[in-house]
Amino acid sequence: MTATAEKTDQTGGQDSPKAGVVPSFTVTLKISRFDPETDSEQHWETYEVTAHATDRVLDALHQIKWDQDGSLSFRRSCAHGVCGSDAMRINGKNRLACKTLIKDVNPDKPITVEPIKGLPVEKDLIVDMEPFFDAYREVMPFLITEGNEPTRERIQSQADRDRFDDTTKCILCAACTTSCPVFWNDGQYFGPAAIVNAHRFIFDSRDDGGTQRLEILNDKEGVWRCRTTFNCTDACPRGIEVTKAIQEVKRALLTSRF
Amino acid sequence: MSATTETNYHAGPDAVSKKKSRYRRVSKGRGNFELWSWVFMRASGVLLLVLVFGHLFVNLMLGEGIHGIDFAFVAGKWSSPFWQTWDMLMLWLAELHGFNGVRTIINDYTEKDRTRWILKGLLVASALLVMVLGTLVIFTFDPCLDPSSTLSVCAR
Repeated sequence: MTATAEKTDQTGGQDSPKAGVVPSFTVTLKISRFDPETDSEQHWETYEVTAHATDRVLDALHQIKWDQDGSLSFRRSCAHGVCGSDAMRINGKNRLACKTLIKDVNPDKPITVEPIKGLPVEKDLIVDMEPFFDAYREVMPFLITEGNEPTRERIQSQADRDRFDDTTKCILCAACTTSCPVFWNDGQYFGPAAIVNAHRFIFDSRDDGGTQRLEILNDKEGVWRCRTTFNCTDACPRGIEVTKAIQEVKRALLTSRF
Repeated sequence: MSATTETNYHAGPDAVSKKKSRYRRVSKGRGNFELWSWVFMRASGVLLLVLVFGHLFVNLMLGEGIHGIDFAFVAGKWSSPFWQTWDMLMLWLAELHGFNGVRTIINDYTEKDRTRWILKGLLVASALLVMVLGTLVIFTFDPCLDPSSTLSVCAR
């Protein structure tokens, strides 16, 4: 990976930056650590990292894990904002570490990095995502159809496709659900991500399972628990209008009644 | 990540449910209660706007305004079925609107089922007390309860 090569470069020539070289600076990361085998609760540990203006928080975490403390644990797969593995709480806001530039989160002060809230922490920045996926599974996030299968593909107009375009962008990183105060309380609320993924099928003209999904979300812990605090919309790294999607599901429920 | 004997990282959905009950999703049942409570909050809110501001206007602006409010004024209003109904509606809607709001807050903030039930019990008791007593007063109000009353309606 190019980032690794850059880093070796930068530690070597840090004192005499060449012209055209991206300036580097020292940044402090305050990371929430938890080892289930030795610790009874989470504690903070501070690391100093030399970073470039082009570095992301994930690069700093890599630097720590690879060069300073190999025991630091966090999830990341693609490292380019597509897989949704590295959602974490950076300076108190849920973000993807791979999409957050260090220079954008005020590197003058220590940058706090915590696991996302409301899910059981397994180690350091890794949480158990199973309760999150349980809620996701409950809304049946797959195409449900009735009648005979068409001989060719299921045709959809551009306008029908656009209806749910926003909610197809979800990467299931859990940044929205774990930014929701209602979810933090007891984890029983379906959470924004599950509702977004239900929305994606409820408003799909090819899908016939909308009524079932609406009934599921009419649950005591369904859409009616949403307080429209917009934390989810702020947290979404894909820019999905999450709160709007939840409101649309509410409206669909209401119009199906009246 | 090396899987240790203590933590089974590949245990599937049930791993959570057994170990950490706080995070286990338990179905709380279906039904339209939350939907109706949501609709009620909006509808009662709009109605209350009319009722409360109507009440304030009639009491504070019409006639002598705020200086006209005394025992006789209230007695006069409550001798009319129109104002009795108005005040009862206002009492019930405001109480239920507030009750529902606090119920929501309790649901959002309490973590233990026990605390939740205790707080909701207190809430239901207080709401019932206010509604029953208030309704009783509106409909059994007797302006001549005081034998030495000088109100004209009490002259016999």
